[in-house]
Amino acid sequence: MEKIYSRTKTIQEDKVSGFCPGCMHSTVVKLIGEVMEEMDVVEKTVMVTGIGCCGLHMDYIAYDTITAPHGRATAVATGMKRSSPDSLIFTYQGDGDFASIGLGESISAANRGENITVIFINNGIYGMTGGQLAPTTLLGMKASTAPKGRVAEEHGYPMHMCEILNQLTAPAYLVRTSCNTPQNVIKTKAAIKKAFQNQLDGKGFSMVEIVTSCPTNWGMDALTALDFIEEKMLPEFPLGVIRDR
Amino acid sequence: METNLCVAGFGGQGVMSLGKFLADATCNATDKQVTFFPSYGAEQRGGTANCFVVISDGMIGAPLGDVMDDLIVMNGPSMNKFLPTLKKGGTLFVNSSIVDANIDREDVKVVKAPVTTLALEMGNAKVLNVIMLGVYVGYTEVVPPEVVWETIEHKLGSKPKLLPLNKLAFEKGLEIGRSQR
Amino acid sequence: MARVLMKGCEAIAEAAVRAGCRFFAGYPITPQNEIPEYFARRMPEVGGVFVQGESEVASVNMVYGAASAGTRSMTSSSSPGISLKSEGISYAAAARVPMVYANISRGGPGVGAIQPAQQDYFQATKASGNGGFEMLVLAPSTVQEAVDLTYAAFDYADRDQNPVLILADGVIGTMMEPVELPPMKSDEEIAAIRAGKAAWACTGHKLDYANRSWIQPGQWDTKKMQQENEKAAAMYATWEQDVQVEEYHTQDAEVVIAAYGISGRIAKSVVDICRSAGKKVGLIRPITVHPFPYAAFDRINYDVCKAVLDVEMSIPAQMVQDVRAGVKGRCPIETCLCSGGNIMSREAILNTVDAILAK
Repeated sequence: MEKIYSRTKTIQEDKVSGFCPGCMHSTVVKLIGEVMEEMDVVEKTVMVTGIGCCGLHMDYIAYDTITAPHGRATAVATGMKRSSPDSLIFTYQGDGDFASIGLGESISAANRGENITVIFINNGIYGMTGGQLAPTTLLGMKASTAPKGRVAEEHGYPMHMCEILNQLTAPAYLVRTSCNTPQNVIKTKAAIKKAFQNQLDGKGFSMVEIVTSCPTNWGMDALTALDFIEEKMLPEFPLGVIRDR
Repeated sequence: METNLCVAGFGGQGVMSLGKFLADATCNATDKQVTFFPSYGAEQRGGTANCFVVISDGMIGAPLGDVMDDLIVMNGPSMNKFLPTLKKGGTLFVNSSIVDANIDREDVKVVKAPVTTLALEMGNAKVLNVIMLGVYVGYTEVVPPEVVWETIEHKLGSKPKLLPLNKLAFEKGLEIGRSQR
Repeated sequence: MARVLMKGCEAIAEAAVRAGCRFFAGYPITPQNEIPEYFARRMPEVGGVFVQGESEVASVNMVYGAASAGTRSMTSSSSPGISLKSEGISYAAAARVPMVYANISRGGPGVGAIQPAQQDYFQATKASGNGGFEMLVLAPSTVQEAVDLTYAAFDYADRDQNPVLILADGVIGTMMEPVELPPMKSDEEIAAIRAGKAAWACTGHKLDYANRSWIQPGQWDTKKMQQENEKAAAMYATWEQDVQVEEYHTQDAEVVIAAYGISGRIAKSVVDICRSAGKKVGLIRPITVHPFPYAAFDRINYDVCKAVLDVEMSIPAQMVQDVRAGVKGRCPIETCLCSGGNIMSREAILNTVDAILAK
């Protein structure tokens, strides 16, 4: 019988990820592993994880990883890549990590055109700490620290990281994808592959922003969360290639 | 034997270079210990500039002493600020071109040199610090003059055009210093 | 070896380069700007990397990253900037990543004064970040000592897989003094040092869960977390062998001065002045301020010692707490202090010594 699919070996079989049921982190981590194997770069890849749910899979991947302080992943990746240019270095960060506490590091690394790859998970909420307001939280969306929902006058508006980084000259590749449909999963995988290839080609800073769900903190089941992405998240965070050079 | 020197003046008068030339010469061509300590502030330009050079046969404790053996004063404000730190019997070297205030201490030796005027006469106001360095070395011989000149020569290596003028300036200073011993 | 006149900051940077440091990231703050400026010029000459980070926080994390890839790496700052670096230092200590950093300390607290001070003693020796980790903290009193300690710091850091702090001050950083520089490590030696870290360095490994590099500044598993802390504590306990202290004329001293760094050097010259006047004064100068040389205080002759005089450029006094722990009540402890960016005055120490002797 012809084997047409097997689980990526970059994920350790006997380990548990720690992600909630229906969480798309699992999907993205699987895609990253598949891309690494298909590109045959496993032996030189290092993942720099942020703090938050984006670090919950450290114990279930089988390749090199380091945990950065909250928000500092792109700085850690900068040091790592500059002193080990043959390695493939990517950061894996959530919205609180990349767009709030790490905003300075994120923009500065992008502005320097660091030859690294950022996988940025945007689910509009803080996960691990329990559903607090994120810079990407939608207007009106409730959070444990915004019990009446996000109000523009008080909290400002959702931040669009791809568009913000697109103001800079240096970045090579900025793309926003989602994992809410099989088609979008395929597009996300292709985007990750391209972002990794950019690094191998020395093109500089690439970021894949992935709009995902957080059923637990959104307070809905996984399928309803898919609808929420389609109906609420994507109008605010439109998918597509923002920059490709 | 330990000599504590304070050099003080306006920013731009080459006060730091004067101190550094002396420290460098001591380091390169003697067995003595030496420290150079620049006082620094937040401003990038203007105001007073001063540095402290200690030359000693033994270990140097304080790179910035409480009491100075020698004081080089390049402008008026520095006179007011630093003259009280000069020890009894110490030597004051004054840029007499622009410091016209009366020296209200009888207990110190005074060596006057109109270095600003002399530098202008030589055609380059910037060499006033090299003249004053010559005065100081000529008077004190704290390090041999030829060693100091070699250091200046080395430091100006990338600008050989400036060497003859600096040589003239340094020798003029030596002459003034020696004549007042 | 010929001696050269060098500024303290530049000498520290050159010593690091010679020790094989090939990555430096830093952020401007007075009075340590000559360190990053020197590295910016020097690193390209030796195939190293210099990055001006967007902040102290970013810089220390760049160093955490570079060191995690196996490169000898360094950062530097001054007091308020060091506070910002404490996050990354704590992470490096937790993850057991070797790195070296220098604090060219200035007045404080807050933005303080840009002039020299020793106000960061507690921060340096007791809590340079959260979590109760410890570091070797080396306190030079001359530019030569700054060079020698920086050179050695990289070996300590690699040996222990732990951060090492050079605690200097604005005088040591900005003054110029003749130094003899240590030998330059060859590219082969540097490659060998790096190769020795291949097992744990994060540069990519053959796919194998058990043997991958996993640099963890913490543990999910509370039992493991405790085990890691126990391992670290056991390592800290070995530092007794690394204690360095200068004991100068302490045997018959009626006054023993305790001072470190620039104050220690100034105090040493006070001892010389006193001795030449027939006054029995000695000095204990901690070179490692952590671990602190408590044993040196056991060697004081308390039959003749009237007091130990703690001299610091800090108000309130900080090291005095360690001095107290060393003296254990065997004689009174006096202090001679200054602060705010003022440099310790030899006269002030002399006057205090005389006052004690006159009692």
